[in-house]
Amino acid sequence: MTDDDLDQTDRNRRHFLAVATTVTGLVGAGFVAFPFLASLKPSARAQALGAPVEVPIGAMEAGEMLRVLWRGKLVFVLKRSEEMLARLPNNIDNLRDPNSEIIEQQPEYAANSTRSVKPEFLIVEGSCTHLGCAPIEDFEVRPAEDWNGGFFCPCHGSKFDMAGRVFQGVPAPTNLRVPPHRFVRDDLVLIGQDSGAA
Amino acid sequence: MARIEAEVGTPKGGFMKWIDDRFPFTKTMKYHATEYYASKNFNIWYVFGVLSMVMLVNQLLTGVFLTMNYKPSAELAFASVEYIMRDVEWGWLIRYMHSTGASFFFIVVYLHMFRAMLYGSYKKPRELIWIIGMMIFFALMAEAFAGYLLPWGQMSYWGAQVIISLFGAIPAIGDSLVEFIRGDYSISDITLNRFFALHVITLPLALIGLVFVHIVALHEVGSNNPDGVEIKESKDAAGVPLDGVAFHPYHTSKDLVAIVIFLMIFSAVIFFAPEMGGYFLEYANFEPANLLATPEHIAPVWYFTPFYAILRAVPDKLWGSILIAASVALPIFLPWLDKSRVKSIRYRGWMYKSALGLFVVSFVSLGWLGVQPAEGAYVIAARIFSVVYFAFFLLMPYYTAIDKTKPVPERVVYHG
Repeated sequence: MTDDDLDQTDRNRRHFLAVATTVTGLVGAGFVAFPFLASLKPSARAQALGAPVEVPIGAMEAGEMLRVLWRGKLVFVLKRSEEMLARLPNNIDNLRDPNSEIIEQQPEYAANSTRSVKPEFLIVEGSCTHLGCAPIEDFEVRPAEDWNGGFFCPCHGSKFDMAGRVFQGVPAPTNLRVPPHRFVRDDLVLIGQDSGAA
Repeated sequence: MARIEAEVGTPKGGFMKWIDDRFPFTKTMKYHATEYYASKNFNIWYVFGVLSMVMLVNQLLTGVFLTMNYKPSAELAFASVEYIMRDVEWGWLIRYMHSTGASFFFIVVYLHMFRAMLYGSYKKPRELIWIIGMMIFFALMAEAFAGYLLPWGQMSYWGAQVIISLFGAIPAIGDSLVEFIRGDYSISDITLNRFFALHVITLPLALIGLVFVHIVALHEVGSNNPDGVEIKESKDAAGVPLDGVAFHPYHTSKDLVAIVIFLMIFSAVIFFAPEMGGYFLEYANFEPANLLATPEHIAPVWYFTPFYAILRAVPDKLWGSILIAASVALPIFLPWLDKSRVKSIRYRGWMYKSALGLFVVSFVSLGWLGVQPAEGAYVIAARIFSVVYFAFFLLMPYYTAIDKTKPVPERVVYHG
């Protein structure tokens, strides 16, 4: 039987059945696709390995920086000297976001002029906000170059100051991210969690 | 004997008839080889398609043997590659055939693509062949990128970090998309494992499928030629194009010469300069991935550097990502950007010739700039050449429309 032999009612029925079958099939395919796509998300093990890390900071000296891994990401823990802190305001005119107003780059408690809970301790992710390279520390002050010390990204030349604030005219759009963290004791910081027990 | 018996009605046609009654072997051979007519005036530019096929086969064969000794885990990957290089018998040769092979694959593919631009092979009626070809190019880029992570060296790790981070520039969904691609909060064992799966299963299958479709489309419309003349428009009484010769045995025997010469050059590089001074295998990649420090000087392998230079020329994350994507994708639109009435460079005017020349200069220069440090004059130069690169495509509808073309002959001609 060809399509021409059908009357309009049959044709409408056939059309309805074809559409209904296609839609049902597509919905089914969508349901089947879900487990496969979901399997690509971080697994339970990856999430467990992403647990907070404790960093002992009691023995750190002023100007010293530790590199730790949290969730496989590099985190800088820098103990800034009085001098380093004193020079922070010098950069303000050349920064994109000097007052840390882009909210997703730091927790509320680090949205201040030093981007830290305790002024001396800078805790930022060592991942350039441009394309994720690890910035290199360049703490030497060079007045001739108007450089007050900070970080330099070797990949595409982005620059950050001693509070991880991004300079203008570089590819990185935002300040270095401050991970959630809290000071459990004076000599111990927990990175990856800012509430509850350690 | 068999033939005579068949003619008098005895149902015996020999082995081939038995096959042909069950599978269209002879028919397919005729359609795609012995009675597929391609122009008789092909020049050297017409060998790079077949050489791309040779490289595809090389990568598939050597890849299978590498897989037998490689371990796709962050703990073991780097050591397993060293194991292949030092302890597996002839492992060094198989590995170098694969890693140097990747660079040679891109060399012949780029030349093959340039041939299409020289002779207007993307123009009507071959638009689909070009688009499928561009899809092959994208699949090849993805394949090369996934493969480069597998040795788990410093450049593998940080190169992947940079490229995957490009997706993070997409507003709103960027960050979660990046996490979805990595399958973790950073590039890890999980990322390596899935890139391995894509590199050895999904992408090779996609490549093979696309190459098949590329050739089916080509054999439907017929090959272009250096004159851009449609040879099917002048046929003899038997329906054979007057300017065509059968692909087999004529073009295949010519291709064989090209393959032999190509393999001589390929072998020489494998034996004497497999790393090509750090361009085919970067020196930073002889160090295992170190999550704590980026190499001082980071650059992709040479075949990505033209696009990478465009990315670095832009001092803005979102625009950098948009422009690198656009620079890779723009050639898809060539069939519609090119308004010229003629296909071949031989009959085009000075405008297209100069534009194509500038395009080649900018592409090669960007490729060189992509491995230089991103500072000072290099960045300025990269910006200038990026503008030239984009202008070639975006201004094409204007300059090809007003360019003065020469009359195209009805039949192919010989030059020298």
